[in-house]
Amino acid sequence: MIAAAPIATPAVDLWAIAPIIALVATGVGLVLIRALLRRNQAVTPVCFSVAVVGLLVAAGLLARQWHRVRDDGPIVSLADMVRVDPFAVFLGIVIVAATLAGLLLAYAYLRREDLEAPEYFALLLLSAAGMLMMTTANDLVVVFVALEVLSIPLYVLVAFDRRRLRSQEAGLKYFVLGAFSSAVFLYGIALVYGATGTTSLSGIATFLAGNTLFEQTTLLVGLGLLLVGLGFKVAAVPFHMWTPDVYQGAPTPVTAFMAAATKAAAFAAVLRIVLTAFPQYRDDWRPILWVLAALSMLVGAVAALVQNDVKRTLAYSSIAHAGYILMGVYAASSRGREAALLYLLVYAFMAIGAFAVVMIAAPGPDDAKHSYDDYRGLAVRRPVLGGLLIFFVLAQAGVPLTSGFVGKLELFGSVAQAGETSDYVLLVIGVLSAVIAFAFYLRIAWTLVTAPDDDTAVAAAYSTRPRRVDGWTGIVLAGAAALTLVVGVLPGTFIHFARDAVFF
Amino acid sequence: MNARDILDYLGIIPLLPLAGAVILLLAGRRIGEPRAGWLATGMMALAFLGSVVALFALLSLPADGRLQVNQVFTWIPAGTFSVGMGTQADPLSVTWLLLVTGVGLCIHLYSIAYMHGDPLFSRFFAYLNLFAASMLILVVADNLLMTFLGWEGVGLCSYLLISFWYRRNDAATAGKKAFVTNRVGDVGFLLAMFLIIATYGTLEYTAMAPAAEIISAGTATAIALLLMVGAMGKSAQLPLHLWLTDAMEGPTPVSALIHAATMVTAGVFLMCRAYPFLEVSHDASVVIMWIGAITALLAGTVAVVQPDIKRALAYSTISQLGYMFLAIGVGGYEAAVFMVLCHAFYKGCLFLGAGSVIHGNGDNQDMRIMGRYRKFLPVTAFAMVIAWLAIAGIPPFAGFWAKDEILVEAYAHGDYGVWIVGTVAALLTAVYMTRLIFLTFFGNARYEAADAAPAVPVVSGGSDEGDPADADGHDGDEDPFEDHPTVVFGEPPRPSRLHGHRPHESPVLMLVPILVLAGLSAVGGLLNLPFGKLDFLHQFLEPVFEGAKGVKATTAQKLTAEGLSVLMALIGVSIALLVYRRGLRSPDRDPLVDRLRPVSTLTGNAYYWDAGVTRFVGGPGERGASWLNRVFDARIIDGAVNGTAWLFQWAGRAASRVQDGYVRRYALGILLGTVAVLGFVLLWAGR
Amino acid sequence: MTLAALEITSSYYLVLAAMVFTIGAVGVLTRRNVLVMFMCVELMLNAVNLSFVAFARALDDVTGQVIVFFVLVVAAAEVAVGLAIIVAIFRRRRHATADDLRALRG
Repeated sequence: MIAAAPIATPAVDLWAIAPIIALVATGVGLVLIRALLRRNQAVTPVCFSVAVVGLLVAAGLLARQWHRVRDDGPIVSLADMVRVDPFAVFLGIVIVAATLAGLLLAYAYLRREDLEAPEYFALLLLSAAGMLMMTTANDLVVVFVALEVLSIPLYVLVAFDRRRLRSQEAGLKYFVLGAFSSAVFLYGIALVYGATGTTSLSGIATFLAGNTLFEQTTLLVGLGLLLVGLGFKVAAVPFHMWTPDVYQGAPTPVTAFMAAATKAAAFAAVLRIVLTAFPQYRDDWRPILWVLAALSMLVGAVAALVQNDVKRTLAYSSIAHAGYILMGVYAASSRGREAALLYLLVYAFMAIGAFAVVMIAAPGPDDAKHSYDDYRGLAVRRPVLGGLLIFFVLAQAGVPLTSGFVGKLELFGSVAQAGETSDYVLLVIGVLSAVIAFAFYLRIAWTLVTAPDDDTAVAAAYSTRPRRVDGWTGIVLAGAAALTLVVGVLPGTFIHFARDAVFF
Repeated sequence: MNARDILDYLGIIPLLPLAGAVILLLAGRRIGEPRAGWLATGMMALAFLGSVVALFALLSLPADGRLQVNQVFTWIPAGTFSVGMGTQADPLSVTWLLLVTGVGLCIHLYSIAYMHGDPLFSRFFAYLNLFAASMLILVVADNLLMTFLGWEGVGLCSYLLISFWYRRNDAATAGKKAFVTNRVGDVGFLLAMFLIIATYGTLEYTAMAPAAEIISAGTATAIALLLMVGAMGKSAQLPLHLWLTDAMEGPTPVSALIHAATMVTAGVFLMCRAYPFLEVSHDASVVIMWIGAITALLAGTVAVVQPDIKRALAYSTISQLGYMFLAIGVGGYEAAVFMVLCHAFYKGCLFLGAGSVIHGNGDNQDMRIMGRYRKFLPVTAFAMVIAWLAIAGIPPFAGFWAKDEILVEAYAHGDYGVWIVGTVAALLTAVYMTRLIFLTFFGNARYEAADAAPAVPVVSGGSDEGDPADADGHDGDEDPFEDHPTVVFGEPPRPSRLHGHRPHESPVLMLVPILVLAGLSAVGGLLNLPFGKLDFLHQFLEPVFEGAKGVKATTAQKLTAEGLSVLMALIGVSIALLVYRRGLRSPDRDPLVDRLRPVSTLTGNAYYWDAGVTRFVGGPGERGASWLNRVFDARIIDGAVNGTAWLFQWAGRAASRVQDGYVRRYALGILLGTVAVLGFVLLWAGR
Repeated sequence: MTLAALEITSSYYLVLAAMVFTIGAVGVLTRRNVLVMFMCVELMLNAVNLSFVAFARALDDVTGQVIVFFVLVVAAAEVAVGLAIIVAIFRRRRHATADDLRALRG
């Protein structure tokens, strides 16, 4: 005789996870449409439109959520697994915007590279769904699942160019290392679970606040492994080595998407885990972040100096940018969080803009020629396109009146605010890195404005017919440039936006 | 509309040249050659007019109320601290406005003729206007961050203009050198800003003076010294002076505008704005004072033996900037500003005159093959002689009053060490300027003797030829971009490039600005005569430096310091006259250089200072010296610049060599990182 | 002394899991065949699963055991994608040696 004990089901607030549902539903729907309209010519345009609509719906839902959580406080649902707060919604908006850019950029690109396939759109949306999940995750297991949901489609997207071995090599490297690091991350979860008896972030915080651990080793090792796993995703040195290869090998729209959205999602997890679950251990994780930030800023900037490939240079520079954002995490204050959020927003658009130009400007048919020689004189031949790339790299360098300057100023300011010696040392390293970074950003700009010597390879680059900027890419470029400029000139609105979003 | 309302519109002044720059960058090619120049010049004229209006508006206010800050909008709101975009009208900013727009106007006008025929004519004026706009933003800003914005802007324009003839290899390298050196200074500036934000949460100038009193002397010293590092970069103080002489690769009007009259004074401006910190921190003042004094002396010794007219003027500029820093260090802020103004007049005149000489004798910059040019360039010679008397410190020309005020302040302040150094530097100033003037305009004519090339028939003898970028009138098929006009010390004189022509005077459009500046050099002293109530500039600026602990010099002190410095000037002029009265016996024998060997070799290659002096004391003779000459220039100086670059390149290569493509290696990287993190948490954390 | 006298606590499983995890990690670093590298990653994941179960047992909490199912599902998805990438490369290269894939470097 079995006693009919009632099963307590957790309350599910569908409203909280509506954007994620929208993206997943659209992604699955795309696969269905693909199957139904197999041989139809219209399949790609139809899928593209559906994907755009799905993203816009998700964006609309996020906008609704923003007002609700800002006014009424966070929504906690699904047995405390999901927590929708201003912080999550802010990064969700960044992610959806970056996904939209990745989608719009891909339309013409896929046709041009003869890769036309609606699967691309579906994978992109599913990855974005994983990222949204990551921003709202309030449980280490959810973080892990989100990490995999965002990563697995990305592995495929990176290797999407079946004809280009480098794309596949990049995909394979990303996959092997990604799987390796998520195993490390998972081990971290296991150890934290073993030490605290829970995987819920708020549960861990409550437990650590209420109990003094007799033996901290398990917890600390677990925390360290969590940081390693997330350090991999944000591309912090020394877990960065996949970044240049993957960014270079991946199809350029995917690179843009990764640089902007993956970074935002991974930093969402970093910020949430260290600040909500382990505030008591800030003296233990802050030194680790200090070292990661310092190394990332220096290695990223220095290694970018000697590259001969524009796409790869931008990849290394993204490592340096991860270092800057880590400074904001390191600051462990609401000011630092605000600065990190703002920087994630502005970096997303600077990176998308730069990679969008790279996508259009590379000569030759197969998205492989990105050496400095291939870009020589671009701004002379095509002033608007070249000028945009110069603008985006100068913004990344942090030239005043661009969003990059405002972002850097906020980040450095947040570190300066803490005011201890080690903070100042990190600040000096950051400024030094920014100064070094100036050199290679200017090298790119300089390459674009100098006319090529009459070298045969360069002459060949000249002879190829310039590629037209299609409408969708034009929209992305205009949007990214406008935002980069507006944040630089009138940052007030955006700083307030980020300040509203610091609340967990 | 009352005066304060007018001053609220100060922000319009930088916008005028900015608009000019934007128009020229967008449609410069369509506007075409003469009109682009006139457009830019017109914008500068309007800006100058605006500055004059601002001056009168400011003068109509009571002396202690001459401060009008207008917050246009909040630029960056960040927590408790926010940065606005605003303008600050006070005597200091208006003085600089007049300087930048006035001298800028002269130089724009001059450039119309000087750049005639250059393929990038309109772009040159776009850059000039952009530079003026940045400089004006720097000056009118009401907070450090906005000043920094202008600061970066002038740095960028300087880079663009130095390497304007970018196909010339030296020009591109020089541009880069200027850029790198200025970045070093920028690190100081940025750190100072962060320190100021962290200490009391504002960057506004009006908030600094009261705030400086409440912070500790240590913090004030740190802030002042960091700002000083920034100022040293822009104002070419030792040891960040390297870039200025190389910057002479740019077109001569650029040298005049940026590297003599305006941009290099930005450092002085910054130090004036930061005076509250200097008042609190005695240590920082002493450091600045000595850096200025040493720079003034050492740059002077280098200028004495330079064969290249522009390089000699460049070292002279460094030396004069040293005076300004010296003045700031001893608390003579008004004296420093006075010096900035007078220096802009006479050095602007000298550079423009040098440009006229270069223009008129086939792009030759080597003074050893000039001589007796007063016959051919009478107007230029007249103007430059006035400027010479001014800079040499001969009363009653402008330089005398400015330099003497600084020396009097140093003497009265009790800093006899710097006073002596400054007085010796005054002697050197007289020597090198007299040498420059006599080698160029007087003595024997040497251009014919040096003209080894056979005379060619006159192609076009008109006065509008000989544009440096397009010197087809002189050089035939030689590519002007491959040209290396700069003559370094120790280089034998080259054949004259006149090819049988005679040097010729420049067009009127170039002469007018030269004469205007010469006139100002003559009468500039009237701005601030040290008699009773005639020190107008002093009275005008005094409210800005409220609370500065200046020293009132007694009459006896004044007479001592002034008398000695006039004596020094006369001695210097006499020495140079004695040596160069008749010019040079032969272009490759410079008596001063020959007689003073090996000292002249030492100073000729300026860079022994840094690392060479200790090695040189070991006593090798001339051969050793010239060996050092080569090695040090190549290894140490270029080494210092290239070495930094090389270090980072090496580090970058090391970092990317690790990235060898093996995925296993990458996994190893992750694992090693993990081990390091775990090692840290196990051994150190959790305590 | 019999085997029964040896009391097996959950610590034994944790140590075993750590060892298996290390073996897997070292395998990723040393093996050249991509397939074997994947198997090593799987080994690492399963080592973590073992830890989860051991902790669940020690804590007397069922969550740890539930997590294992999540991990298994994720691992399966990962393998599917990984194999797809390998097959795509295999079609062009006819072998699956990771060391040959190093066109991207520097």
